[in-house]
Amino acid sequence: MRNVVQPAEKLSVRRSALPGFMVALLILFAGLAVAFTLGRYPVGLTDVFDVLTARVTGHPSGVAPAVESVILQVRGPRVLAAALIGAALAVAGTAFQGLFRNPLVSPDILGASSGAALGAVLGIYFSLGVFAIQGVAFVGGLVAVAAVYLIGSAVPARDPILLLVLTGVVVGALLGAGVGLVKYLADPYNQLPAMTFWLLGSLAATGVSDLVPLFGPVALGTLVLMALRWRMNVMSLTDEEARALGVPTGVLRVAIVTAATLVTSASVATAGIIGWVGLIVPHLARTLVGPDFSRLLPTAGILGGGYLLFIDTIARTGSSVEIPLGILTAVVGTPFFIWLLASVQRTWS
Amino acid sequence: MVMRLEGHALAIGYRDRLVGRDLDVALAEGEVLALLGPNGGGKTTLLKTLLGLLPPRGGDVHCGERSLTAISISERARLLAYVPQSHVATFAFPAETVVLMGRTAHGNLFSRPTARDRAVARSAMQQFGIAHLAERPYTMISGGERQLVLLARALAQEPRFVVLDEPTASLDFGNQGTVMREIRALAAAGHGVLFTTHDPNQALRLADRAYLLRDGARIAEGKVDSVLTRQNLEALYGAPIRTLTDGATGESAFLPA
Repeated sequence: MRNVVQPAEKLSVRRSALPGFMVALLILFAGLAVAFTLGRYPVGLTDVFDVLTARVTGHPSGVAPAVESVILQVRGPRVLAAALIGAALAVAGTAFQGLFRNPLVSPDILGASSGAALGAVLGIYFSLGVFAIQGVAFVGGLVAVAAVYLIGSAVPARDPILLLVLTGVVVGALLGAGVGLVKYLADPYNQLPAMTFWLLGSLAATGVSDLVPLFGPVALGTLVLMALRWRMNVMSLTDEEARALGVPTGVLRVAIVTAATLVTSASVATAGIIGWVGLIVPHLARTLVGPDFSRLLPTAGILGGGYLLFIDTIARTGSSVEIPLGILTAVVGTPFFIWLLASVQRTWS
Repeated sequence: MVMRLEGHALAIGYRDRLVGRDLDVALAEGEVLALLGPNGGGKTTLLKTLLGLLPPRGGDVHCGERSLTAISISERARLLAYVPQSHVATFAFPAETVVLMGRTAHGNLFSRPTARDRAVARSAMQQFGIAHLAERPYTMISGGERQLVLLARALAQEPRFVVLDEPTASLDFGNQGTVMREIRALAAAGHGVLFTTHDPNQALRLADRAYLLRDGARIAEGKVDSVLTRQNLEALYGAPIRTLTDGATGESAFLPA
């Protein structure tokens, strides 16, 4: 006698996410074009196209070797890294904003960046090699988040999410003190500038060899987050509501935090600390395609890649010396965020 | 066969605090049960225990033949739907997306809503007369509309039982009527419905049976006509109560004196 819902005859007319998604793609392609062509050694767009297609097809490109080397060896890795890291931070930020039901959350909320920072400055302090420093930074980010998660889960609480955020803030502060201590102890002529430079974030030293350790964790984490993106909608409700809808929140929270941390730590280990991307890009993406994570997550990734490509191009070309990325993203991000607060509050009230 | 959701000798509460004990509750499909009691008396705790959201501190909850603890979280969501007190979501999901979330337990961990899921969600919205709200942000519709969206989400779960926590709290008189009618319709369609309320009159009109809970103990339980009396309600709320009777129909209503 219990009636099963009869499917409605006409499928709903959903507002298409396609225009917003196309805008994001357009920004990514514009970012790629700008990043490849602009620089101390300007390159034509057709040369870029020729070299890249030649690379795919295996035929000679017919472009001057010097130009080809700029495109493939010098600019290529940096462009790829910028796109990957922008996408990674945006995807992680989007996931965390949903998980913590808070639109002001960024990927470093659980201490991934502070942990990676402590790892990196320790690596520099002990005069490790470049890859060792990146490795220690990556592990530092993972360990910091694991510690935050364990402490947060061990303390009994009615609101586990809030407790987790507060634990992240506290542990982040402690790690910050650790970074301060190592900087204080460091050799002020060699080590300290290296630390400062690293902490401000930069892609200036990125080469082909950096791409593999970056791509692996980013791809893995992003895949997991993408696969879970419908469940993320439900995870943004209260814990009890989500469980009543059939979602095992405990397991899923661990999966999302692990994936987002993997992605964030790998990015920070490669490029240093680049704030704001993971905070702002999710908002931008939300204005393009709405809050449904099924559409939001891919859009945020694409938009994040494009965004960081533009920022990194400014960092390379904006002045005679490299401008640290962390400074640029803050300078661009702050007014932008204030504008966002004023204009689009209704999309996340 | 009519399925029953039953709590046997339940002790309810949290890790650090026992809220109630020796509670026996039963709800059959097609029946409406109202849970009444003063604030802090354990109503919400009992609801959450019956839903499997809180583990019982003693006794057990059965859904049909099986203990709730033996049923997976996603199968549970296909048996029991929960309508929490009207709330504001963090993100401005379109109303249709909120209803679609009710379909989550019908897919696997990685699946996204199918065409059939969308059709079921759409149909649930039509049933509650809110199809026109589909694209409106959930955060920007009225409290009454939000409650109907949550009802549609519960229906989209295609559950056997629907459990509602104060479904008409903070609604205006007209919306209270609408929501009450729809709750009645859920039972008429064969769902077992359990709801909490602060209004004995609403229980009188809407429910088949009432369960009176005070300080975590049962005061009375049974058919609304026999349980919802002035004496029982005065004992329940610890306050004097008046009865008004309509001379024409003989229907009565209660007022706090």
